[in-house]
This record gives sequence, structure tokens and C-alpha cells, in this order.
Amino acid sequence: MLRALHANKPAQLLIGFLVGLPFGFLLQKGGATQYDVIIGQLLFTDFTVVKIMLSAVVTGTLGIHLLRSLGVVRLHPKPGSLGASVIGSLIFGLGFGSLGYCPGTVAGAVGQGSLDALFGGVVGILIGAGLFAHVYPRLRAGILSWGDFGDVTLPQLLKVPPWVVVVPVVAALIGLLWWIESSGA
Amino acid sequence: MHWLALGEWSPYVVGIGIGVLSWITFILSDKPIGCSTAFTRASGMLERLLRGRGVLNKEYYRQFVPEIEWEWMLVVGVVVGAFISARLSGESTGRWVPDTWAASFGASPVLRWVVALVGGVLMGVGARWAGGCTSGHGISGTLQLAASSWLAAMGFFAGGIVMAMFIFRVLG
Repeated sequence: MLRALHANKPAQLLIGFLVGLPFGFLLQKGGATQYDVIIGQLLFTDFTVVKIMLSAVVTGTLGIHLLRSLGVVRLHPKPGSLGASVIGSLIFGLGFGSLGYCPGTVAGAVGQGSLDALFGGVVGILIGAGLFAHVYPRLRAGILSWGDFGDVTLPQLLKVPPWVVVVPVVAALIGLLWWIESSGA
Repeated sequence: MHWLALGEWSPYVVGIGIGVLSWITFILSDKPIGCSTAFTRASGMLERLLRGRGVLNKEYYRQFVPEIEWEWMLVVGVVVGAFISARLSGESTGRWVPDTWAASFGASPVLRWVVALVGGVLMGVGARWAGGCTSGHGISGTLQLAASSWLAAMGFFAGGIVMAMFIFRVLG
């Protein structure tokens, strides 16, 4: 039944929209669509973004691995390489610190009426994505494949069952949140 | 229903809600939540309008076909969802310059626009270079315990902290 739903394109377009709706609503309610909140996180004066992300990751990690153990869902880890994951994420980060939104929260910021997000952020990301598509053939066999490690997950890397990593990671993230709260941030 | 009109919800309620949404997309769509490929597809659609169908032959656009699909509609949903949230709490809209920026660099929209635009370009390049963004890697990838995503999430914040510190602690 789910497989038929996954292949139903019009239904998937609707589901995408219906998931985006609460996602944008929650990001806005949490303050994550505010430049001041995101920059505050990068300057260590406001820990809202980390609290949202870590509680999402804790909830998601437990749920997805439980659903996977029950055979309901499949994982889709993204492939990576040192050249792609490290260099790409640092370029992204420099953009993140300048723009003060990310591709998801910039869309939410547009919805709440932030003009810097619309005319600066969205226009810039579209230009950047287009530039990357243009240079991709020259990067693909070179820097993007340097240090290729594929779509490996941490449990596969450590050659242990998933839950052996899930439990300590979730515990560590909850511990980090507890430490952030207790230090009054 | 006054909680719908509250300006700010607990970050934990929001984070847990987003975590539950990730369960839903894996179940109903067999996909993790992500945002940045929607920008690639939209960029390809715009480029096609300007330069014709030949654009579709670009290697990257054969991989990420410039068309409206699931993730594209998710990003549209984010815009609408945030609009509804902001409307319910009666937040001011149509602002060019955020408070933190204005406190260090003044209220001129031009400077803020230029820096946001340059930041956006870097982000567009970096997101596709790394194969994902703060949603696709930072939340959806880390919760799957993908090695690429944990590495990318650390890089996003490392680069972001360096740039924000440079802008506000060195220049500001």
C-alpha cells in the first residue's frame, strides 16, 4: 500500500506541500526563521537553533531507527567524500554566516515577510545553485570525488548494529541539551 | 486557541514536531526532508526560460531535472506555513534590515542586501557541493547517522561561526 503511495506522483506533490506547511509553521514559531536568532546562535548568544535541531535529531533518530527495525521505512543516507562534504559544507557555512538564513529557513523568512531573505537570500541561492550546476562536470571527477566514502552510516563504519550507535548518540545529544539549559543559555 | 497566536513556541516543542515530521516523510514519501535541491530545480527552470531547452542537457540537470516535484512543493509549503504562523502572531512584515544587523551596520537596506546576496550565492554553491543543506544533512542526514551528514553539519556551523564572528566581532 505504501509503495503504491510512494509511486503516486500527484499524491506525493500534495504530501510534500502538506509536510512543508507545518515545517514552515514550526520553524517560524520557533524563531528559526529570524535572522537575529540564527546569527545569535553563530555568535553563541542565543541557543534556540541548536535546541530545535538537536531535539529534532533526537526525536528523528529514535523514531526512524524504530520504524526501520520494524521494517516500515528504509534509510536514504547521502553519499559523501572529503572533497564534497568538508569543502562544500565550509563554503555553505561562510554563506550561512553572511546570509543568516539557510535554504529551509530562508523560505520561511520569505513567508514571514523578510525582504532581505527574498531579494538577497533566495536570489543568491538560485544564482549559486545555477553556478554549481554549470561547473559540476569539471568538479565531479576531481575535487568532489576526492576522499570518497560513499553513503556509509556511522554504524556501518564502526561495523556494529545501528542501535549500538543510536543509544549513545541520543544520550550524548540529550546530555548536551541538558548542559546548555543548566548553563542558562 | 491562543497558543497558535503566540509569537514564540518552546524550541523543544518545535524540534520534536520537526522530528515527527521526519517520521511522516519516511513513511508516506520514502524520502527525508530536504530543501536545497528545490533551489537547483528552480534555478534550472529559470535558466531554461532564459536560454531554452538546451539547459536540460546539462549533466547536473539530468540528475536533478528542473521540474516541480516533492521537495519543491515542500519548500512552497514552508513559505505558506511560515506566512500563516507570522500572520497569527501579528508580526511585522516587509522588513529589509534585521535588528542585529542594524545595531552594527545601520539601517541601510543596500549593504544588508549585498551581504545577503553574496551569502546566498555561497550557500547555493556550498549546499550543492556538499550534497545537502541544514535540513537534508543537518537534520535528516544526521538522524539517519549518515557519515557524510555529520561531517557536513559540523562544516556548516564551523564556517557559519567563522563568518558571523568576522562580520560582527571584527568588522562590526
